[in-house]
Amino acid sequence: MHDILEKSGFNPDANYKVVGTSPIKHDGYDKVTGRAKFSADAFAPGMLVGKVLRSPHPHAIVKSIDTSKAEKLPGVKAVITREDFPEKKAGTGAGDMTRIAMAREKVYWEGHPVAAVAATSERIAKKALKLIEVDYEVLPFVIDEVEAMQPGAPILHDYLRTKGATGADADKPTNIVERSVLKQGDIEKGFAEADVVIERSFDSKPMHQGYIELQSCIANTSDDGQVDLWCCTQAPWVYRDRLTAIMDIDSSKIKIQQSELGGGFGGKTTFYIEPLAVALSRKAKAAVKMTMTRAEVLKGTGPVSGTHAKIKIGAKKDGTIVAAQSELSFQTGPYTGSAFVNAQQAIWTRYDIANVETLCYEVVSNRPKVASFRAPCVPQIIFGAEAVITELAQAIGMDELDFRLKNAVAKGHTTIYGQKFDEIGLIETIEAAKNCDHYKSPVPEGQGRGIACGFWFNRGGETTGTMSLAPDGTVNIILGTADVAGSRMSMAMMAAEEFGIPVDRVRATLADTNALGFNRVTAGSRTTFSSGMVVVNNARQIIGELCSRAAKMWKVPEEGVIFEDGFCRPASSNVGDFEPMSMKEISSKTTYTMGAISAHSEMNVTGAGPGFAVHIVDTEVDKETGFVAVKRYTIVEDAGKMISPIQVEGQLQGAAVQAIGWALNEEYIYGADGRLQNAGFLDYRMPVASDVPMIDTVIVEVPNPKHPYGLRGVGEVPLTPGPAAIGNAIANAIGVRPTSLPMSPPKLLALMKSAKA
Amino acid sequence: MSKKYHVSLTVNGDEYECLAEPQMTLLDVLRDELKLTGTKEGCATGDCGACSVMVDGRLTCSCLVLAPEAEGRSVETIEGMAKDGELHPLQQKFLEMNGLQCGICTPGILVAAKALLDRKPDADEMEIRYWLAGNLCRCTGYDKIIRAVMAAGEEMKGA
Amino acid sequence: MPDLRFEAPGSLADAVKLLVAAEGPARVLAGGTDVVVQMEMDMIEPALLVDIKRIPDMGRIVQEEGGFRIGAAASGMEICEHEALCAAWPGIIDGVKLIGSVQVKGRATITGNLCNASPGADSVPPMVTAGALAHVVGPNGERDVPVEQIPTSPGKTSLGKGELIESFKLPARPKNSGDAYMRFTPRTEMDIAVVGVAVNLTLDEAGVCTAARVALGAVAPTVLLVPECADALIGTKVDDAALAKLAAAASAACQPIDDKRGTKEFRIEGTGVLARRVAQKAYERARANA
Repeated sequence: MHDILEKSGFNPDANYKVVGTSPIKHDGYDKVTGRAKFSADAFAPGMLVGKVLRSPHPHAIVKSIDTSKAEKLPGVKAVITREDFPEKKAGTGAGDMTRIAMAREKVYWEGHPVAAVAATSERIAKKALKLIEVDYEVLPFVIDEVEAMQPGAPILHDYLRTKGATGADADKPTNIVERSVLKQGDIEKGFAEADVVIERSFDSKPMHQGYIELQSCIANTSDDGQVDLWCCTQAPWVYRDRLTAIMDIDSSKIKIQQSELGGGFGGKTTFYIEPLAVALSRKAKAAVKMTMTRAEVLKGTGPVSGTHAKIKIGAKKDGTIVAAQSELSFQTGPYTGSAFVNAQQAIWTRYDIANVETLCYEVVSNRPKVASFRAPCVPQIIFGAEAVITELAQAIGMDELDFRLKNAVAKGHTTIYGQKFDEIGLIETIEAAKNCDHYKSPVPEGQGRGIACGFWFNRGGETTGTMSLAPDGTVNIILGTADVAGSRMSMAMMAAEEFGIPVDRVRATLADTNALGFNRVTAGSRTTFSSGMVVVNNARQIIGELCSRAAKMWKVPEEGVIFEDGFCRPASSNVGDFEPMSMKEISSKTTYTMGAISAHSEMNVTGAGPGFAVHIVDTEVDKETGFVAVKRYTIVEDAGKMISPIQVEGQLQGAAVQAIGWALNEEYIYGADGRLQNAGFLDYRMPVASDVPMIDTVIVEVPNPKHPYGLRGVGEVPLTPGPAAIGNAIANAIGVRPTSLPMSPPKLLALMKSAKA
Repeated sequence: MSKKYHVSLTVNGDEYECLAEPQMTLLDVLRDELKLTGTKEGCATGDCGACSVMVDGRLTCSCLVLAPEAEGRSVETIEGMAKDGELHPLQQKFLEMNGLQCGICTPGILVAAKALLDRKPDADEMEIRYWLAGNLCRCTGYDKIIRAVMAAGEEMKGA
Repeated sequence: MPDLRFEAPGSLADAVKLLVAAEGPARVLAGGTDVVVQMEMDMIEPALLVDIKRIPDMGRIVQEEGGFRIGAAASGMEICEHEALCAAWPGIIDGVKLIGSVQVKGRATITGNLCNASPGADSVPPMVTAGALAHVVGPNGERDVPVEQIPTSPGKTSLGKGELIESFKLPARPKNSGDAYMRFTPRTEMDIAVVGVAVNLTLDEAGVCTAARVALGAVAPTVLLVPECADALIGTKVDDAALAKLAAAASAACQPIDDKRGTKEFRIEGTGVLARRVAQKAYERARANA
């Protein structure tokens, strides 16, 4: 256990010189001049182009694949199918991963890869795909998870049995992966105490992470089996270990270098084309570059879980919530991995409710496998939860924020999943929302205002990193986490603060998998927190080493040297009369003092501070068309302490607009044929600049005592209450409650009509 | 072997030549033939604006221009925006005001915003929002982008 | 799969010759914002592309007989920047402005918008209500065709092999007349019309509508010119009663489908709503054009 995890050294009275400022991020310069190297911006000598053949069917047995004609096409250097991957037992982790990468017995969604080609040009590769003959036996399919749960629904996996099922059906094939209950108290007794009970059903459709950078990679497999992989990823080590798991290649022979990441939001925590590129490269004996098209990204990579939710909640007249019961179902695509437990745990984790029962189902269906997205599974469930919270407050006649405040959790609260909260900022956040200009301003005529409150755990986990001092006294950081939107800069800032030097004298770079030990995925809003812990720990080690070297050079005991603002100084005049020695003076003489100065830390980081946010949204609804205009949006959120305020604001603003997209228009639309109808940016409607207003932020700082700089993750919290706040705003604007995401114009128009009828 | 077309064009004032298959786009030429990868591909269907360039002074998605169409044209890309070693005011404001997060949409947005400010440095918020509606950004929520464009316009007006 | 051949002829006659001689599917390339996208999406595999932008005068926008002549290759942005055209035919400009982003309009033409034969094309309804004529050139000579007769069904046109549109003729704008176009889309920009309505009307000095044309987009296989809608307006001051009648006639004329962009119900109802709004706007413009 590292001391820093126990005693972070957080000092609430410290005055920072670098932390809390907003300098230009170092990686920004190459990004504004077009020189930054994203995944598709690389080229390798002798490089081939790889393309994927995908299933046109949502569910079919792959009887045979004939690649002979494609192989004979001039310029084709390799064709791969399931035969090129080792058999891994279906229903295991590796078995699922290999089948997602390349179909084996069956195809499970439209867009499921069945073969891939490497050729000397893209045109030839595409021509070759058309020459591959696949014999499918088309099967009945099921897209919606509620339909997939019904008796008689087409079964995806004969071997699947519901985890947690009891009774007569427990040993029958099913599409329900898991049935899970999380409860506390006595739900019946709780509702018996309630004066007001609200009960409603909600649903949501999958949306896509929507990163603008298409997945692209270059794989080179040497003749002795060494793999060199360049790709955009939030999880280089995880990609490596999964390649090992599905391709039986030693991890030591795989080196993954992450490119600049052109957006991920969770969607680049799992691989798609990368194992195919490795297999093609191995077969073709050449480097292979693969780049997905936008249609492939939408059809082939993870959207989020679509859900259904039945929620019942009760409160006393005095505003105390006494019971909350819900039944939630989650689409996961053809294989498990929706991370629904996040929603099960987070659905009410803002409120102290004595009696809670949350039943969850994870269900397979013929859709692409879901992937992580900012607070996986949580925003679409909070959409319903915060709707009924608002309705309860309205039914009781309490101010919505006062109602939330009355039930708010505080330090010392133990959650339903057993975490005891240390310092948290929910109460401060709600109070700041009450005091902000937006909340205090009257709702403009013709508009509706919505409020919602969100939560995310924030994560820690396995993190590694090194730091070294150059002879000129400047500092280099090597990070194991990915930089999803500016963390290299935050790391440099924390290091600069530790050393008391300008941030320009520190640079952070992203490691390849050979440079450091294992790092967990860059997800869960863990990066600035976890890598920050590693960076501060490394800086403190180096400072200790600087003092030790200075002591040697001065020939005084180590305790006699202190470090301040980039200089070693005698601790007192008793130590001796020495001129302060700079980092440069010490590091330029390391030849004479035991060699170069560097540090490394390997941690399983704990102590992440949970985050809370309140969103306030004003909307105007065209009552004749159902068109929703978001007129004003304010996010109030506890960031712990901000390292770079301008970057924190950016995280919040970006999340708000993703929430607007999810709330209003983004969805996967399937035809009766089980094929995705809107696999492009024209009809997959992400918000454009003219769709949204400026996003105001009010940032509360309740420091996390477990971090040396008091920070909390801010990547996910700001998405969690977004769709709910917009839903509440629409409900207040039109006088009827929308319960289905996205709240698109046809749905709202029908809702308004049915309310009138 | 399909016929290739000889394409000679000017990019940021420099002359280039290449051989291109007719279904290749100007975007493919810039990125794969000329290795000017600052122009990004986000959709290849004209819906995201990441590939925005100027063709003969007109803001265009380079993914919608076929390579042979570019014959004799003058193209300006993000690589030509900084002049004489000085960042353009837009580039500078995007840096100072955090108008970028991941940076993948940034070149396209800078090229598009410059096309607007060159015509109208005092464009207001809504004009900028509608002008940039063809440039998707998924990270920033557009707020800091719009503010940075307004600030750059302010500076260009004064210059 | 035939290999693609690209040609950029220097004259109309050469373009026609190429198209006539084409073996396999041939496409005229103007802005390319549909053709290139459809190639990218593997929806079409042309054997020949004939780029008409190198033909002299194909990009012209000139005044002619009190109206305008717009060359087939004039881009959306060039059309939107033409002040006299904007003043005379603001409804057409409403439509052209909605054809994609600034980037797309930098390339896209109204010719392509028409010949792509999508019922949701934004410039088509106002071109129809304007009474625009397409000047068609082909192996058998030249002819002028009302624009509503060009698309015949989604993706199909009445143009014969070797025929292409050389230009459009817009009539003179009468006094006391005005036009407008609006569409409904879930986003403010970058979308395809779920419904679109264009109205072009002429008033007398007292403000009574003497002539009207109303066209509906995205609610049938082709853009519909609906005389019943015009009848609802003619002889009225475009008052509430007339607008209600117009909305009902517009909704009644719809033969929409359910698709990813909208439901039947939504399209039928939305067309009525938009028809009212568009007629009001056209009326205001006509009043201002005294």
